[in-house]
Parts: sequence; C-alpha cells; structure tokens
Amino acid sequence: MTNPVTISARGVVKAFGQGPGAVRALDDVSLDIRKGEFFTLLGPSGCGKTTLLRLIAGFEMPSGGTILLDGADITDLPPNKRPVNTVFQSYALFPHLTVAENVAFGLQMLGKPAGEVRATTERMLALVKLEALASRKTAQLSGGQQQRVALARALAPQPKVLLLDEPLSALDLKLRKEMQVELKRLQHETGITFVFVTHDQEEALTMSDRIAVMNAGKIQQVGTAKEVYTQPKNRFVASFIGETNFLTGTARAGALELPTGDTIPVEGLKPVDGGKPVTVTVRPEQVRIGKPGVEGAKAKVAALVYFGTDTHCHLHLRDGTEVVVRLQSPASGDSGLAEGDEVSLGFAPGAAQVVED
Amino acid sequence: MAKSGADRGFQVARVPGFAITAIVVFVALYLPIFTLVAYSFNASTSLAVWGGFSLDWYARAWDNDQVKDATLRSLIIASFAAVISTTVATMAALGTTRRRDFKGQTFIYVMINQPLMVPEIVTAVALMIVFGLVKVWLTSIGMGGLTTGLGYLILAHAAFCIPFAYLPIRARLEGMDLTLETAAADLYATPWQTFRRVTLPLLAPGIIAGAMLAFVISLDDVVITEFVKSGGQDTLPTYMLGQMRRQLTPEINAVSTMLLGLTVVLLTAFFLLTRKKT
Repeated sequence: MTNPVTISARGVVKAFGQGPGAVRALDDVSLDIRKGEFFTLLGPSGCGKTTLLRLIAGFEMPSGGTILLDGADITDLPPNKRPVNTVFQSYALFPHLTVAENVAFGLQMLGKPAGEVRATTERMLALVKLEALASRKTAQLSGGQQQRVALARALAPQPKVLLLDEPLSALDLKLRKEMQVELKRLQHETGITFVFVTHDQEEALTMSDRIAVMNAGKIQQVGTAKEVYTQPKNRFVASFIGETNFLTGTARAGALELPTGDTIPVEGLKPVDGGKPVTVTVRPEQVRIGKPGVEGAKAKVAALVYFGTDTHCHLHLRDGTEVVVRLQSPASGDSGLAEGDEVSLGFAPGAAQVVED
Repeated sequence: MAKSGADRGFQVARVPGFAITAIVVFVALYLPIFTLVAYSFNASTSLAVWGGFSLDWYARAWDNDQVKDATLRSLIIASFAAVISTTVATMAALGTTRRRDFKGQTFIYVMINQPLMVPEIVTAVALMIVFGLVKVWLTSIGMGGLTTGLGYLILAHAAFCIPFAYLPIRARLEGMDLTLETAAADLYATPWQTFRRVTLPLLAPGIIAGAMLAFVISLDDVVITEFVKSGGQDTLPTYMLGQMRRQLTPEINAVSTMLLGLTVVLLTAFFLLTRKKT
C-alpha cells in the first residue's frame, strides 16, 4: 500500500493532571495513517487508544506534539473545523431528532443547500439500509439500527477520516459479526479512511489493513494483521494478539539452547554478544511434536484437551516449563498421543520469533 | 408456606396505627381546601352557614374591578418574574453542571438557593430597605418618576423565583448525555449552534417546568409583595389579605378557588413534563 498519508501524529503527548501526579495517557506517539486505509488502534483498556482518537477528532488538545491532516497542522483546530467525523461508542444519537434529521445534521451545519442535504441523507440511509425508518425517533430503534444511524450520520458529510470508537462493543456476538462485514463494505464503497479503536484482537485481525498495537500510552508495533501476528516485535504484542508460548534460552547458531541443555533448531538464529538469554515466541499451532530422539527438546505430554477441530496438547519440558501445542484433530478425533508420552518438541520452519521483553 | 412478618423486613404500612395516621394527615391536608371550595358555592353571605348552592360569588368576583385589577397585576408580575428567573436559572444551571467539579461548587449552590433558606420575612424587609434607598437616590437625581411602577415587584419576584426555576433545569441537565454536545461539535456545529440545536431542545422540558414553578411561586407570594409594593399595587394574594381585614364574604372563597384551579393546572403540567419517560 503506497497511498499518501492522511493522518500523521508527530511526537504526540497527552498528560492528564499536573506535576508529579500527572498521568501520561499518550507518551510520544508518532504514527502515519494512509488514505483509504482501514486502520485499527488495538490495545487493552487504558492504553491510550481512545485518547489518541479523541485528539484526532479534536475533543481534547494534546500536551505536546502535532497532528497533521493531509499535511496541514490541525493540532489546535476545534472539532467543528476538522473534516473528520466520529462514530461514538454510545452512538450519541440526538434523541429529539428523527433518524433522517440525525443523518442530515452535519450537512446542515456545513450549510449545504436543502436539496443536497435531502439527497445525501437519502443516499446515506440507503447505504445503511434504513430508508424505511427515516422518520422514526432514534429511541425506537434497536441497538444494531442505532449503530447504522450513527454510521450514516458520520459518513454523510463525507469526512476525510471516519473515527470509530469501539462501535461494536455494545452489540451481541451475532450482530457484531454482521456489523464487521457491514463496516468493511461501507469502507470499500465510500473509500473513506477508517480509524477504528478496539480492544478485541480478533476484530482487529479480521478487519484491518494495518494495526497499531498500543500499550501504556505507547505504540508497540504497527503492521498488517499478518505482520503483527507472525512477527510480533515484543512480548506484549505476542501475548496480546492470539495465544503464544514463550521460551527463554541461549542463542546458538541456528538453534536455541534451553536451560535444560536441550536444543531446538531455529532457522537463522545467531548468537548474541555476551551470551545474554533471548526470548523466543512460537504460536501453539506452529509447535511440532516428534518421536523421542528426533532433534528437539525432550518433553512429556502433561494433558490433552479436545476442542473439536483442535486438540490442545500441554507439554512439560524437563524443567517443568509448559508449552501448549495446537494440533488439528484427525478424522477419528484421536491425536495418537496419550498423557505421559515422551516426545520431542520442535518449531515449524520460520515460526519462532525472537522478541524484546 | 406462611411467612412471618419479620421475614419481609420493615414495612411502614404494617405498623399499628398506620392507617389512622394516614387518614388524619389526609383530612388535615385536604379538608380545609374542600371546605373552601364548597363554601365558594354558598348562597349565604356567611362563611360558616350553608345557605344553598349558588354561583353568585363567582359572578361578583368577575364583576369586581379590584379583583380584576389585582389578578391582571399578579399575572403580569408572575410572567415577567418567570421569564427573568428562568433565563438566569438556565445560565446558572449550565454554568454549574457543564464542567468538571470545581472548588467552591457547594458554595455556589448555596448562593443560588439562598431564597430557599433565608426566612422570607428577612428578604422582604431587606428588599424594602434597599428599594427605599434606591428610590431616595433616584428622587435626589431628579428621576422621581422611576420610584413607582411594577419594576420593583418584578425584580423582587424574579430574584426569589430563581432557585425554583434552577432546580428542575439542573436536574434535567445532569441527566443529559454530554457526548451529545461533543457529537454536535464533531458534526460541524459551532458552540452556539450546538446550544441552539442540541442543548436547548433537550433542556426545554426542564426550562418549561422551571418557568411554571417560578410562575406559581410568584403568583402565590404575599410576604415580599406586601413589603415591596407601592400604594395601589395589590396583587391577588395581597388584595385577598386586605379583604380579610374588612368584610369576609364567600367572594374570597370564589377567588381562592379560581387561584387554586390555575395552580393545579400549572402544577399538573409541571409533573407531566418532569416525569421520567419509561
């Protein structure tokens, strides 16, 4: 993706409170979001993702740094002067207005002629399939319908960037899945840049072009879903997205030497200066189990948990370290392993990643 | 399974004597009012002896120029007082709720609600003295023409009506989602447009309720009016008080009943506006 940058955050700091008691919600955050991207800010609650979104919207002013929109500095612009619209977590629909009036609100405030307001409102209601409910009050709508009104209202003024603050968190699972598809379709049809905030890593993986993983006010890693899943930069990213195993040992040429003395082949691993221990992460589905004696670490099957499509095999290394392996269940459902079996543990080629702590 | 009373916890309605207490309280509250209303239809000139049904006293009250004059004055003062106090109360409510908690907040609440706490007679005497001083000063600078007029009564009524208008407006504001105003700003509304198109319409039931409460409170006031009014500035309540000192006829009952009717209508509207939507 080589589209031009739309939103650019440069060294953004946001501190709440003053003096030594101040909390840094955002600590020197720099980020580029490209035009037309579905960009996700992912992290646990309190990581600063919503604060960053509110700074882009203009609801809060940063304590330091700048925010650029298409190259222009918008850091000090009030929200009503930014060509950016928000879908709020609570939807924040105007209860005294009808569905159509809600959708028309932004266009009217922009001073668009009445004919254009009507036409665009109709088009937006059609886009979210709510034409039939145009004259209803918003309180009469279901959660999913309110969600659609909020989307139509925010999309109607054709913003350069649409900000979505955990918009699906209030919906039940089935509706959430539907809206995920719906959001992707809307983004595709409108071509507008979406900045999506979520704490749900699965939602982030399935929907995003790129993901910024955040923790403790800092950006941990930016990349595509595949990049952050298969090449996590640090321990936080590896453990926050999906399930994973961590193994600490000494790096040898092409192998990891565990504290037990066993070695596991790791392609391309190089010794570290001073022999400092390194941490390697490997996803449960990328762990390979071999017959005893095959090259790898000696391990014992501690538990087998059958999940239907998968079987989770809990292995114990000789020093008691647990490694979880996800095996695809064969047709018979029998993994061919039994508790207490001695096995040899290895990694799929290219699956093990050295991570920073 | 039968349960003993103790298992259901304490219930006021089960305390011995509850029913009789309730009846006594209701009788004490409403018997005088029922009597007043009933005797307004009394054909006799006596307040105490029933002489048959009649609408005479209503006809007399309608024909009484003093009653009409006082009623009109009451309505004018109450209207102005309601509008002024509601405007001030709306601004005060916006100022005290649309921000993070601040130091001295409680002090501000006490200041705004002062008329609820200071004895009315004290306020009345204080107003009389201050207005007296103002009038002396106005006369001394040759503006004696401004020493009469309804302005003083309107100002006094507007002041003591502020807390009554403030409370329902503030209650409404506190129940309002602040995100709505953020959303309006996000959708290109200027601060004024946000107020005009979002805050004010949502606040309207609170404002109307506040205005009606202020209107009723102003309509009913005796003490402050009695001290502040100039000669010939009787409002309906002070006129009635004056009548009581001379001759007592069921005309007073008729006037009271009409005032009661107006108040009941306004207060019913107030409760309909402020009740929570289900």
